[in-house]
Amino acid sequence: MTRLPEEEHTNKAFGWAARDTSGVLSPFKFSRRATGEKDVAFKVLYCGICHSDLHMVKNEWASSVYPLVPGHEIVGEVTEVGSKVQKFKVGDRVGVGCMVGSCHSCNDCTNNLENYCPKLILTYGAKYYDGSITYGGYSDTMVADEHFIVRIPDNLPLDAAAPLLCAGITVYSPLRYYGLDRPDLHIGVVGLGGLGHMAVKFAKALGVKVTVISTSSNKKKEALGNLGADSFLLSRDQDQLQAAKGTLDGIIDTVSAQHPLMPLLGLLKTDGKLVLVGAPEKPLELPAFSLLQGRKLVGGSCIGGMKETEEMVAFAAKHNIKPDIEVIPMDYVNTAMERLLKSDVKYRFVIDIGNTLKATS
Amino acid sequence: MSKSAEEEHPQKAFGWAARDNSGILSPFRFSRRDNGEDDVTLKVLYCGVCHSDLHIARNDWGFTHYPVVPGHEIVGVATKVGKNVKKFKVGDRVGVGVMVGSCKTCECCQQDLENYCPRIIFTYNSHNPDGTRNYGGYSDMIVVDQRYVLRFPDNMPLDAGAPLLCAGITVYSPMKYYGMTEAGKHLGVAGLGGLGHVAVKIGKAFGLKVTVISSSPSKESEAINRLGADSFLVSSDPAKMKSAIGTMDYIIDTVSAVHPLLPLLSLLKVNGKLVTVGLPNKPLELPIFPLILGRKLVGGSDSGGMKETQEMLDFCAKHNIAADIELIRMDDINTAMERLTKSDVRYRFVIDVANSL
Repeated sequence: MTRLPEEEHTNKAFGWAARDTSGVLSPFKFSRRATGEKDVAFKVLYCGICHSDLHMVKNEWASSVYPLVPGHEIVGEVTEVGSKVQKFKVGDRVGVGCMVGSCHSCNDCTNNLENYCPKLILTYGAKYYDGSITYGGYSDTMVADEHFIVRIPDNLPLDAAAPLLCAGITVYSPLRYYGLDRPDLHIGVVGLGGLGHMAVKFAKALGVKVTVISTSSNKKKEALGNLGADSFLLSRDQDQLQAAKGTLDGIIDTVSAQHPLMPLLGLLKTDGKLVLVGAPEKPLELPAFSLLQGRKLVGGSCIGGMKETEEMVAFAAKHNIKPDIEVIPMDYVNTAMERLLKSDVKYRFVIDIGNTLKATS
Repeated sequence: MSKSAEEEHPQKAFGWAARDNSGILSPFRFSRRDNGEDDVTLKVLYCGVCHSDLHIARNDWGFTHYPVVPGHEIVGVATKVGKNVKKFKVGDRVGVGVMVGSCKTCECCQQDLENYCPRIIFTYNSHNPDGTRNYGGYSDMIVVDQRYVLRFPDNMPLDAGAPLLCAGITVYSPMKYYGMTEAGKHLGVAGLGGLGHVAVKIGKAFGLKVTVISSSPSKESEAINRLGADSFLVSSDPAKMKSAIGTMDYIIDTVSAVHPLLPLLSLLKVNGKLVTVGLPNKPLELPIFPLILGRKLVGGSDSGGMKETQEMLDFCAKHNIAADIELIRMDDINTAMERLTKSDVRYRFVIDVANSL
């Protein structure tokens, strides 16, 4: 007989969970495992709301297990470390991103690509080594293997650091892997949301020239002003698309809605690279001519490994790169989800867990 | 009043052309320019029959101007060289591939990527700078700027080497560009025709493990015994495809029919690369999740620059690589085209131009 979430593990925990495909979240009592010898336990102070959380609470990827406690941009302060933990101590500022386990022995794990390990264990909604389902960061405490804990540098405020752990690494990794990180290059960023605005900030810090590509003309002012993009392209405007043909070395496409690839491929120079980090559900049309004429490529990328995540956080700290956030109380989360659906946020909600998540008696 | 094809240029020429979208070829008198100071004139000995020739002859891509003389795998002997030509002399064995001109000044041209020049002039079915149309290698002679002429290595047979000028460079270039040259890695070659069979040979020469992926089980014996592939995967067999999931570092996709990409993407390991060199006439369906979850990519490639084409010829000569061909007479060309539509050739027709035109 399966145990209740409250009784599964040793330590009581409290959070908010979705119970069904409506995706509506509500208070939820559960439990976390005792801190193992390699584990780090921390009090959660903030958790970012990722668009993936929204997909998952509504079971849009058909993989959700209810009750589901989302949240994989989790930051806080260490409260306990296991006896074999070397890198962290009580009081340290730490975070956990999208993953909490991997096999540690496959080719990908050995190459610091845990995010591509076939036995990857996601931070929430996944089966852990002990068979229990993982619960994410919309909760008061978190415990994770030291390998998957990230140190947050002192000069980064914790609330703003949270979205780095998913949005940040998701765009940083492909900028590096696909070589779109040099000052002589010009890239486009499609979509100006959580991922898009981080892509602009990282690219600018790397010295890359950036054009924001969006369907909404009202984003132009923000893109050029606050975010520092070099130019703005309204993708519904055929004349602007034509004028920008063959001008970009690469494009980071953060849009997860269905959208045509051909106009984007047309913006690329010879050897240009279109990188998709948003995940449309259905296949997109790919005209072969558009790839052959100009030796272009379309590639994907999914978060990043732990080593690269640490590198990204250090880079953000060094260049003072902070996500633009709207801090909300826990009980605003359902409203936030609705606003997120309409992209009504600049540019990431972050739940003030430490101050507003109150356990019901 | 524009001059006829026979009169437009000073030198008489003769070849076979398609006149309409039936694609049927027949004898055609035309003319070529005088040999300019940068030019090389070739007496054509052999010309490979590329699948693109068929597409253009039948106006499958909608941009054919008739009459069209196809042929861009042209091998012959130099009969004249202009006074600025230092690389070639009369009597040299030479070749011409898919292009005869480019702007020479843009970034692509300066980086030896003339094949991506926005003002590329293809060997046939293109406009010359003087406004006349140009004609390909199903003909007795051709005049070409030296930059677009290749030196044929001494030990390479002229007839079997001809297809390398398009098929060879079309697979060699992406194999270099996308890094498919690490000995011991695993290459999948989808489609076993003109392009595919050369990809197998070049892949083996790079020291790769090569698996041919094909919908025709009957090609297995050839693939392994004659071409040297390490294994053969029947793409229409779900169980075999499933057992090969995540086993390949790269795939060269030579298939020109519309086909699903998802099964091929599944065969790739993490960071795997699928490069398409075939040209289906409708868009392919690209599933995004597999690209993201495995950091995979789908890239294109379109022949290669002149420097790289010469490098490819020299590489093939060194490794004794040439195409497997069926030599035909010029007047068999229409039958050959019919057979080509059914992929009934192992693996390239080559026209014995000098002896049958």
